[in-house]
Amino acid sequence: MKKHFTGPAIFLDRSDINTDEIIPAKYLTEVTKDALKPYILEDLKLEGFDPNGATLKNARVVITRANFGCGSSREHAPWVFEVNNIHTIIAESYARIFRQNMFNGGMLAIELPKEEIERLFILKSQGDVEVAVDLDKQVITAAAGQQCIEIPFELSPFDKALVAAGGWVDFADARY
Amino acid sequence: MGKTIAEKIFAAHLRDEPFPGAKVLSLDRVLCHEITTPVAIADLEARGKDRVFDRTKIKAVIDHVTPAKDSKTALQAKMLRDWARRHEITDFFDVGHNGVCHAIFPEKGYIRPGFTVIMGDSHTCTHGAFGAFAAGVGTTDLEVGILKGVCAFREPATIRINLTGTLAPKVYAKDVILFVIGQLGVNGATDRVIEFRGPVIEAMSMESRMTLCNMAIEAGGTSGICLPDMTTVDYLWPFISGEFASREAALADYKQWWSDDDAVYEKTLDFDISALEPMVTFGFKPDCVKPVREMAGAPVDQIYIGTCTNGRIEDLREAAAILKGKTISANVRGIVSPATPKIFQQAMQEGIIDIFMSAGFCVTNPTCGACLGMSNGVLAEGEVCASTSNRNFNGRMGKGGMVHLMSPATAAATALTGVLTDPRTI
Repeated sequence: MKKHFTGPAIFLDRSDINTDEIIPAKYLTEVTKDALKPYILEDLKLEGFDPNGATLKNARVVITRANFGCGSSREHAPWVFEVNNIHTIIAESYARIFRQNMFNGGMLAIELPKEEIERLFILKSQGDVEVAVDLDKQVITAAAGQQCIEIPFELSPFDKALVAAGGWVDFADARY
Repeated sequence: MGKTIAEKIFAAHLRDEPFPGAKVLSLDRVLCHEITTPVAIADLEARGKDRVFDRTKIKAVIDHVTPAKDSKTALQAKMLRDWARRHEITDFFDVGHNGVCHAIFPEKGYIRPGFTVIMGDSHTCTHGAFGAFAAGVGTTDLEVGILKGVCAFREPATIRINLTGTLAPKVYAKDVILFVIGQLGVNGATDRVIEFRGPVIEAMSMESRMTLCNMAIEAGGTSGICLPDMTTVDYLWPFISGEFASREAALADYKQWWSDDDAVYEKTLDFDISALEPMVTFGFKPDCVKPVREMAGAPVDQIYIGTCTNGRIEDLREAAAILKGKTISANVRGIVSPATPKIFQQAMQEGIIDIFMSAGFCVTNPTCGACLGMSNGVLAEGEVCASTSNRNFNGRMGKGGMVHLMSPATAAATALTGVLTDPRTI
C-alpha cells in the first residue's frame, strides 16, 4: 500500500500510551492486518476520546506526547494505524520496538522536542490542524485557521531509506 | 577503551552497517510463537519467499492460546505448525510439549552466552539472563530474521545497575525488578541495555536472573543482561558438556563476553537492596510501585501465578511454601500456570501441585493465557487480579480489569486473605 504523510491530525494528549490501548491483545488472534481496522485505540484511557468518533475516522496523522507505543512488540499496533490510513505519528518520544515497527512498515514515527510538540498542541486551539510532511526537506507544516507553522525534524539516513524502500523486508531482501 | 558485554556481542555479530549507527547483526536464534509469526509467514508466502535462513537456529512454540480456544486461534496454531513441518523446524513445541516461550526455550538449552536472539515478543529480553543480547521485535523484523538471519539495531548504550546487600526473607528478584523499574520509570531505559551487576546477581539462580531481565522492557530497555558465570554454566551443563572439557573450561570461554573493567556506561546506578521490602504495583503503569505494606488490605478477585516472569519451579516453590496446609480466601479465585511441562511435572513430583490444589487453586496447562487477557482467567469489568506477570496496563487481563504485579510469595499470601498481603505477615 502506498504511504502518505499528509492530512488532518488527531491529538492524543497523554504520555505512555501503550500497545494494549492501541490494539487490545484479544484481537491479536487475527491473521490479516485489515481485520484489525475496527478496533483502533479501543482501550485508550483518555478523557473525551471517542474511538468511534469522526475525529479519529478523518485523521491521517497522530500527534501525541512521550513514550508512545510502549509495552508489547505487537506490530498490530502500527498496522491498526496503517489500515486506518494513519501513516504518520509525531511524538516527543517512542518505545523502541513501536518506533522500529513503524519504519519497518515504511511509515513515519517523527520525534520532536517537547517544546515543538507543545507548539502543535497550542496550534490546535485555532481549529482543526492539517499536517503536511516534506520528507526531502525534513519539515513539518501544520496549519489551523489562519495560522501556519513549520517545524524541521531529524530523520536518520537508515529510517529515511526504510521509508523510501517501503519497509525493512524490501530493503533487506534487496541487500542480504 | 573497554567494551560492555552488549558492545562485544554487537562487534562479534556485525554483518553490515548500511548507514552510520544502523547495525545489522547476524542472528543466533530466531524464536517464534503463534501470535506474531503467522502474519510473517503469510507475507513471505505472498512474496514467493517462503524460506528460512537456517532451520536449526529457528525455534517455535504455540504458547499464547493453547490448546486453541476458537477457530481463529486454531488457525494461528495451524499456520505455525504447518510452517514448522514444511521447513523441518524440529525444535517446535505443540500441545502436550509446549510451554511459555521465555521459559521453555532457556529450559531446552537454546540460549547461550554471547548469542544474539530475537523474537516477536517484547519479553524476549528475558534471555539476556544468559549473557545474550536478546530483543523483542515486531513481525517485520521477525520476518527478515526468518528469511535472512539478520536484524538491524541502533547500538544501544548500557545502563549499569549494581545491586549490593542481601535480599531479606520473602523478598525476591521480582521485588528487586519492580523497585528498579520504579526508579528508572517506564521509559528510563528506552533504547538502552540494562546490565545487572553485583553480589545480589552473583548469588541469584538463573530463574531469578530471568525474572529480573524479563522486565527490562517495562523500563523501555532493549535487553536486560547478566554476565555469564558458574551458575550459568551449571544451568547449561547438560546441553554443553559435549562442547567443553570441563565446567571451568566453559566458564573460561564464556568470560570472553564479560564487560571490561574500563567499559563505558551511559550511567551507573548503585542500590543496596538489604532494606528492600516486598513490592507491588498500583495503577496502570509498571513504574507505579510501592511496598506491599502500604497497599495492604486492598481487595482482589483473582490470583494468577505463572507467566514468563514467574512461572518457573522456584516461583512455584515460593508460593507453595506459603500455601502449604492452608486454604485460599473464599473471596478469590486462584489460578496457577506452571510455565512448561517440565516445570509442571517437577512440581507434581515435589508435591507442589497437590499443595496448590488442596489450597483451592485451579492448575492450568502451561500457557501465557490470562497475562494478556487471551484465555484461562480473563477478568470481568471492575475486577482486580493479584498477578505474578509483568504488565499492569489498563485492560491487559480483560477490558475494565486491573492488575497488581507482585512476587509469587506475595500473590500466595494475598490468595490466603483475599486482600493485598505482605508475605512476611503470614
